[in-house]
Amino acid sequence: MALMYQYSPVDQRLVDERVVQFRDQTRRFIKGELSEEAFRPLRLMNGLYIQRHAPMLRIAIPYGLLSSEQLRKLSYVARTYDRSYGHLTTRQNIQFNWLKLEQVPDLLADLATVQMHAIQTSGNCIRNITADHMAGAIEGELEDPRPYCEIMRQWSTLHPEFSFLPRKFKIAMSGAQNDRAATQVHDIGIQIVRDPTTEEVGFRILVGGGLGRTPVIGKLIRDFLPKKHLLSYLEAILRIYNLAGRRDNKYKARIKILVNSLGIEQFTQLVENEWLQLKDNSLTLDDFSIAKIRDHFQPFDYAPVTDGKDVIAAKRNISPAFSAWYEHNTQSHKVPGYRIVTLSVKAPQQAPGDLTDVQMDGVAELADQYSFSQIRVSHEQNLILADVAETDIPALWRVLVTLDLATPNIGSLTDIICCPGLDFCSLANAGAIPIAKQINARFDDMDYLYDLGEIKIKISGCMNACGHHHVGHIGILGVDKKGEEWYQITLGGSAEENATLGKIIGPAVAKDDVAETIAKILDTFVAKRQDQESFLDAVHRLGISPFKKAVYG
Amino acid sequence: MANLILKDAQIVTDDWHFLGTDEPLPDVAQSIVFPFTRWLDEHEQCLTHPGSKGVALANTDCVTQLVSDLDELHLICIDFPSATDGRGYSQARILRQRYGYKNELRAVGEVLVDQLFLLQRCGFNAFAVQTDQGVCHAAKYLNPFSSYYQ
Repeated sequence: MALMYQYSPVDQRLVDERVVQFRDQTRRFIKGELSEEAFRPLRLMNGLYIQRHAPMLRIAIPYGLLSSEQLRKLSYVARTYDRSYGHLTTRQNIQFNWLKLEQVPDLLADLATVQMHAIQTSGNCIRNITADHMAGAIEGELEDPRPYCEIMRQWSTLHPEFSFLPRKFKIAMSGAQNDRAATQVHDIGIQIVRDPTTEEVGFRILVGGGLGRTPVIGKLIRDFLPKKHLLSYLEAILRIYNLAGRRDNKYKARIKILVNSLGIEQFTQLVENEWLQLKDNSLTLDDFSIAKIRDHFQPFDYAPVTDGKDVIAAKRNISPAFSAWYEHNTQSHKVPGYRIVTLSVKAPQQAPGDLTDVQMDGVAELADQYSFSQIRVSHEQNLILADVAETDIPALWRVLVTLDLATPNIGSLTDIICCPGLDFCSLANAGAIPIAKQINARFDDMDYLYDLGEIKIKISGCMNACGHHHVGHIGILGVDKKGEEWYQITLGGSAEENATLGKIIGPAVAKDDVAETIAKILDTFVAKRQDQESFLDAVHRLGISPFKKAVYG
Repeated sequence: MANLILKDAQIVTDDWHFLGTDEPLPDVAQSIVFPFTRWLDEHEQCLTHPGSKGVALANTDCVTQLVSDLDELHLICIDFPSATDGRGYSQARILRQRYGYKNELRAVGEVLVDQLFLLQRCGFNAFAVQTDQGVCHAAKYLNPFSSYYQ
């Protein structure tokens, strides 16, 4: 029944052999045969960081898709090797923060038994390929991006030429109207489009987007690429970047800096010339090989659901709590009678994206019962059961409540994206999780939050921007001022189809004042809002000055 | 002491002489590796050298400039100033795949055993492995995987 990519014996052997290779590298490091300097790129290439407290391992969840069996294994890993929880990242990975270096090879061997790995989840290489977390289930999608993501996953895995790029390289893909994959802020963003004249479905390619110290919206490099050329075109872009990207300064080494310094026209020319040499070589995807991968992602056998609407209506009638959750945490599915259910990993008292072993096992069980044994993780650090029959939704909700995964806040102010920040990360300048908790404590009136409509808060603990603050409707960036934590606030950013970078409203505010500052911004919005205008639209219409005035006088 | 390298999965003695930037061109039939700038600047003299000829490239050099000379060259060395600077991988693939270079392609500089499997797959067949890593054990790092996607 599992309609997701299943490893062939070749895939399995590669992952198994990667475990053996890493075990040997770790052994040589522990024995002192490899220096810390020599081991560093090797461990990073396998997602292992040396962190503030202990080694942190980042595990790939390719295009955000997990089976219940895989989630149970992650639960086992959390219990066996960590302190019984993991952290969902903004790139569809999961991180474990409290590991012992010498146990990591065993952990990886356990993961390999369920077709999972940590290959290229860090290092200056092609990272986990991400996708729309509602792919295949959402209405109005041109095509499911996940087969192409799997094709790219295989192509990029242990790629001999692109394992030591100037800097990390992130690729995301979306096939829907609404861009839930943040394709405009990735090194390469790929959108599935239809050629207006030939009707052929192919790819629109953006390049040089990204956040970090120099946030940039990706630029169009090709408005239509036939499917068969996907890999040769990517290879051309990567080769130009590998040869010409800056390596003298790691803050200037991302592809966006190269694209900006050459200009998109000249960069495009270089790529197109390179592509002419690579095009139609062995990287060309024939219809058969595409169809073979697509077969793994065929739609489920959805049983007809007849009285779903009545079941939902009856339950909503008697339970306001269910009703609020249903309205905010579920959405329509391409198949009538089914819903896409988002599990909020944003309960008020918890660090955004942190998931315990008990929650993982509970969700795996729910997926088996109600959602074809599959779970998605989103870059917004939530989980999704994407294929639930309406008739099952009340029962599902009851269990989610007991698992503390039913906070009815999806899309609202407290559905916060947040990096690990100073509490865990050795790069951070300031805490991020405590700010999320402060905001949750200040804004606990859900009716007020529902009236505000969709507001996305994104918090990063340093300018590396893992919390995507530049593209938050409200962005919060932690900065260090003489040993104290301060927070710079931006407004009006978006990572979706209308991608925009937020604008800084003024000097950073003190740690204890962040939630109050947001309250002033929201009061201004409420006072100046036209009809049911969204917060983002209001900021774009009004500009930042009224908000600035409210905050700074 | 003889300089050992790993070539075609065997430990062999390196019998090439790497010519310095100011060193006179020898007129004996010795195997000589020319610095890339001298190969370009003294092209005629280099071509008439009676022994085997090689060129040493920096990873910032454009390999396309060697295209018309590839039949003359028995060795091309590509330098890795640091193990994490990956430009040489692209240079190697362009030389092998696009221009069909067939002779020895050697990785020099910071060449670490854990990178051999990637270097080899880009077309390098010889490796001046860093001595502290022990060239004698290097061959076992060539093929840690049974197969690859690329």
